[in-house]
Amino acid sequence: MSVDLQTVKRVARLARIAVSEEDAKRMTGELNAILGFVEQLNEVDVSGVEPMTSVTPMEMKKRQDVVTDGGKAADIVANAPATEENFFLVPKVVE
Amino acid sequence: MSDLTQLTISQARAKLRGKEITATEITEAYLSAIDRANPALNAYVAVTGDKARDMAKASDARLVKGEGGALEGIPLGIKDLFGTEGVHTQACSHVLDGFKPRYESTVTSNLWADGAVMLGKLNMDEFAMGSSNETSYYGPVINPWRRSRLDTVVMPTTHQGDGGFVSAGGTRTARSLDNAQLVPGGSSGGSATAVSAFLCAGATATDTGGSIRQPAAFTGTVGIKPTYGRCSRWGIVAFASSLDQAGPIARDVRDAAILLKSMASVDPKDTTSVDRPVPDYEAVIGKPIKGMKVGIPREYRVDGMPEEIEALWQKGIAWLKDAGAEIVDISLPHTKYALPAYYIVAPAEASSNLARYDGVRYGLRVPGKDIVDMYEKTRAAGFGREVKRRIMIGTYVLSAGYYDAYYLQAQKVRNLIKRDFETVFAAGVDVILTPATPSAAFGIADEDMAADPVKMYLNDIFTVTVNMAGLPGIAVPAGLDAKGLPLGLQLIGRPFDEETLFQTAAVIEQAAGTFQPEKWW
Repeated sequence: MSVDLQTVKRVARLARIAVSEEDAKRMTGELNAILGFVEQLNEVDVSGVEPMTSVTPMEMKKRQDVVTDGGKAADIVANAPATEENFFLVPKVVE
Repeated sequence: MSDLTQLTISQARAKLRGKEITATEITEAYLSAIDRANPALNAYVAVTGDKARDMAKASDARLVKGEGGALEGIPLGIKDLFGTEGVHTQACSHVLDGFKPRYESTVTSNLWADGAVMLGKLNMDEFAMGSSNETSYYGPVINPWRRSRLDTVVMPTTHQGDGGFVSAGGTRTARSLDNAQLVPGGSSGGSATAVSAFLCAGATATDTGGSIRQPAAFTGTVGIKPTYGRCSRWGIVAFASSLDQAGPIARDVRDAAILLKSMASVDPKDTTSVDRPVPDYEAVIGKPIKGMKVGIPREYRVDGMPEEIEALWQKGIAWLKDAGAEIVDISLPHTKYALPAYYIVAPAEASSNLARYDGVRYGLRVPGKDIVDMYEKTRAAGFGREVKRRIMIGTYVLSAGYYDAYYLQAQKVRNLIKRDFETVFAAGVDVILTPATPSAAFGIADEDMAADPVKMYLNDIFTVTVNMAGLPGIAVPAGLDAKGLPLGLQLIGRPFDEETLFQTAAVIEQAAGTFQPEKWW
């Protein structure tokens, strides 16, 4: 499988990365080089093989469903580019 | 007093406990070494001098009372991927500009609890994506090792004063250093350079496809990637969560064992942290390996591998045999598929993990006409080329219609890779010996690698299998090539059997010796 310029632009949109025409052209070549490299996986017979879900067989750790943390609003917004009264500020999304 | 930066961690530990030196003295020695070397090597992206001095002072107070921890007063460098409270933590990316977390990663918390001193944050490939440390927003790290050539020098006949030194003339050979700058490998290039150039006693690093072991091999240092789940990932900037593991880079095997013991823990904050006590890794160093079964995988003999790597591998086999190990040929048939499977799994996980960098909660924000425009501009300006490339690949392989063909197929192949290892371990193999890298360190701005991203990816061909199977792997220096550059061997062990790796690596180290670059910086 290989990608064309249109696909690259669509993927960039999905990934929320602005790309110029030149970027998209360059990326098309690079992505096709990588996709060409991973193509060889198709020759592996995987019939009856489960996809890996966990590299070490272990039971998912669970904890009591209780509040163990919190009250740190100021810490959480401390690194944000724009905040007001412990809220993150973003450009208007609803008219 | 001789240069304190030359002491290994175990030597420094003895002198600190014996009150021959103080934590403040050794910390000051490192801070001035960093001051002198960093403009040339670019290993540190932030030096925390005041914090280091405060921590050293506190260590000295504890040492005086005889209350020192396992790493009391030992100055360490920390890879920029580890969250350090109130201190530069940017994964060497522009998108995390100005980020200073309000928390401390579990691994670094463990180190400080044991008394270690933080010197600063170390350079790395952006988001740990790279094998040369050239993708860092802060510029490349320079390898302290340089190629050298053998020159024939004509010796003039000289007389020095009455009855002084007399040289009879003739010729001798001398090595002279080539000026070409080399990469230290990546992504933990800052960690490897800082350890190799005596700018810290040891360093933290992380390894997703080879990012501890390849730079260790390129700089003549020891690096171990422990079993997945041995070190907590909590507070470490995520790249590919099912592959990422923290581990140390150190000057010798014993120091790596000391550091890993402190870094590893059982952590309720990381659901993949494994509930097993941390053994005393140092205790196995020096134990004989007689009767140990060492597997030599035939699939690691790849086309175009330099003769010297093959010769090094044979030397390693001979050393282990001499020490009484039984050498067996083994097969890991799916080896060649590990790297292509990795370049689906790792970008897929990265594209998901890096979705959080959107200009809202931390780091860089580039204004836009609406919120989507703001996201797109922020991410376009904040991520470097390699990171964008991987996010794009990841987004593509996870997108509707392609998920089964790419991601699911890769995860199935990954199970086959893991099964290969399980089969040989079940047959009684205790440890597997391979080369660490397919070449020695290469030049900065290598044209071939810049032209084809896959060429750069091939650096991890021997290390990536270990991440895919979640196993522990250690890179240990084993010799120098004809140009005087270090080369490393890799040992791969059973899950949670880091002890066998340290035990066997110590035998290689004993035979090969340790290696230091000639100082030019």
